[in-house]
Amino acid sequence: MFDFDYGSYAPYIWSAFGITAAVLGWMVADSLLAARRAAAQAKAKGLEDDWA
Amino acid sequence: MVSFLTNPRSFMAFSRIAAPVLGVATACAFALGLYRTFTVPEDALHGDTVRMMFIHVPAAWLAMFVYACLGVASLLNLVFRQALADLAARACAPLGAAFTALALITGSLWGRPTWGTYWEWDGRMTSVLVLFLLWMAYIALRAAIDDEARAARAGAILALVGVVNLPIIHYSVYWWNSLHQGSSTFEAAKGDALPPVYGATLGIMGLAYLGLFGALWLTRIRTEVRLRRIRAAALRAAED
Repeated sequence: MFDFDYGSYAPYIWSAFGITAAVLGWMVADSLLAARRAAAQAKAKGLEDDWA
Repeated sequence: MVSFLTNPRSFMAFSRIAAPVLGVATACAFALGLYRTFTVPEDALHGDTVRMMFIHVPAAWLAMFVYACLGVASLLNLVFRQALADLAARACAPLGAAFTALALITGSLWGRPTWGTYWEWDGRMTSVLVLFLLWMAYIALRAAIDDEARAARAGAILALVGVVNLPIIHYSVYWWNSLHQGSSTFEAAKGDALPPVYGATLGIMGLAYLGLFGALWLTRIRTEVRLRRIRAAALRAAED
């Protein structure tokens, strides 16, 4: 089962996972927020009616 | 198939369904992959640092795969003048840069306890750093040119020149002496292949990274299509 005691390796392992989570989280957030903004802009200009 | 995906209207209809479906599948793959990452037994040689392999190797795979996607999209734009291909190229650049940065950072953090150093100017690490600089140059070049057609053309040429770096990254560990190990997956020499328990986990995490890229790439292309449409409408309104 889970054993999170990585001894002297812990700083390297948790840093790697922490940075990965932050970067992947940024990728998701940036993509979704930009999509939301663009959709709102298009809707405000009446461009969304005929496009999916 | 190609004409279907090069038509913005049909692409928008397709991606509206495909992006969230891929997103859900990716979340499931990440849940399973991370569960296995933290429950596989530690490696006899690498100890618990082996867990870093499950985030480092897929990031490195994706760094190269996304650049290959950039190359194909750039070629389609340059040769066939496909506007959607240009948007696809532009949309994948921040994702590719992020995967490459992750490969460098996690590799460095894995290198310290394994090799005794964060960095070594050997063939593999240097060529991946060059890949990261190529991403930065591509993004900066596109941002620096106001005219969209010229920016697309210049970016496509830079991207295609950079494709030569992909085989260099791949074969660097065989061409030059390197701290970095050779392949232990697809091209592993006999006896160097990963044990199945690690191989399966790495495969699942690889699929999770790939799915994440697919879902986010589709989402970002949709955003680019919308923004271009908004700009075109603004131009038409200004001309009237």
